[in-house]
Amino acid sequence: MSEIADRVKKIVVEHLGVEESKVTPEASFIDDLGADSLDTVELVMAFEEAFGVEIPEDAAEKISTVKDAIDYIEKQKAA
Amino acid sequence: MFRLDGQLALVTGASGGIGAAIARALHKQGATVALSGTRREALDALAAELGERAVVCPADLSDPAAPDALVAAAESASGLSLAILVNNAGMTRDGLALRMKDEDWARVMEVDLTAPFRLARAALKGMLRRRAGRIISIGSIVGTTGNGGQANYSAAKAGLIGMSKALAQEVGSRGITVNVVSPGFVATAMTDVLPEEQKQKLSAAIPLGRMGTPDDIAAAVVYLSSAEAGWVTGATLHVNGGMAMS
Repeated sequence: MSEIADRVKKIVVEHLGVEESKVTPEASFIDDLGADSLDTVELVMAFEEAFGVEIPEDAAEKISTVKDAIDYIEKQKAA
Repeated sequence: MFRLDGQLALVTGASGGIGAAIARALHKQGATVALSGTRREALDALAAELGERAVVCPADLSDPAAPDALVAAAESASGLSLAILVNNAGMTRDGLALRMKDEDWARVMEVDLTAPFRLARAALKGMLRRRAGRIISIGSIVGTTGNGGQANYSAAKAGLIGMSKALAQEVGSRGITVNVVSPGFVATAMTDVLPEEQKQKLSAAIPLGRMGTPDDIAAAVVYLSSAEAGWVTGATLHVNGGMAMS
C-alpha cells in the first residue's frame, strides 16, 4: 500500500472513529462507514490539510469511497 | 457566568453604535475582539479605548473576496482561532418599492445578507475542526413585521433568520450554534435621522416605553456567545421592548 493510501486510511479511521479493518478501498464513506454529508466535507478538509492539496467542490463531490480519495490525491501529487 | 476569556470574537460594523456596544460587551467578558468596518479611524479609536485584546481589521463587505480575507486577518492579527462571529454590519437604502432601483435592492442584499453568509461559511471551516463556535447575526424587527419603505432591508433581515436556521441544522452536531438577535428601534445614528414626532410615536408603541440602547442589544449577543447558551440554536432573540412579540 502506498504511503498516501496509508495516510488516507489513518485520517478516515481517526475522523469517523471506525475500525481500521473496515476502511477498505471500496468502502463508501456514507454507505459503509457511517459518515454523514458533513463528515465528507470535513474529510475533504482533512485531506487538503494533510496532503497540501486543494480539492475543488466539483472534485470533492465525486469522492465517495476510500479509493476515490486515494486516487485523487495520488493524481494531484503526481502532477 | 457568560465569561468569554481566551476567545476571539469578530464583530462586523464595529464602527457603528450597536457594533461598538457589542464589541465592548464581549471584550468586557474577556474576549479578544477583532473590530471590522469600513471606517478605519472609528475602529482605531475603539481599539485604543479597549486597550489590550483588540485588533482592527477594516473590510469592505461588498467585495466578494472580503469575508474569507477578513476571517484570516482577524485570526492572524490576534493569534487566536475565531470562536464567535457577530454579523452586525448592515445598511439601508430606503424607498417605496415602486420607486426602488435594482441597485438599491441588490446592494442591501449584498451587504446585509450575502456578506453574512460568506462570513459564516468562512468562519465555519475552523469551527468545524474545533467542534465549537458561535455565529450570531443581527437581524431587525422589520425582518419579522415588515416595514413600508424597506422592502430590501426587511427581506435581507428576514433572510438572515432563514439562513441561520438552516446553518444551525447543518452544524449543530458539531457543537456550533447559529442564532439571530433581532433588535427593535434602537437609538443610533441610523434611527437619529427620524423626525422627533415619529420617535415619540415609536416609543408610545413600545410596551416598555422607550427606545432601545445599543447595550440592550449587546447583552443579548453576550448571552448567545456564552457557553451558558450552548443549548440555544436556530433561535431569534427579539430585543424590542415588547414592540412585536413572536
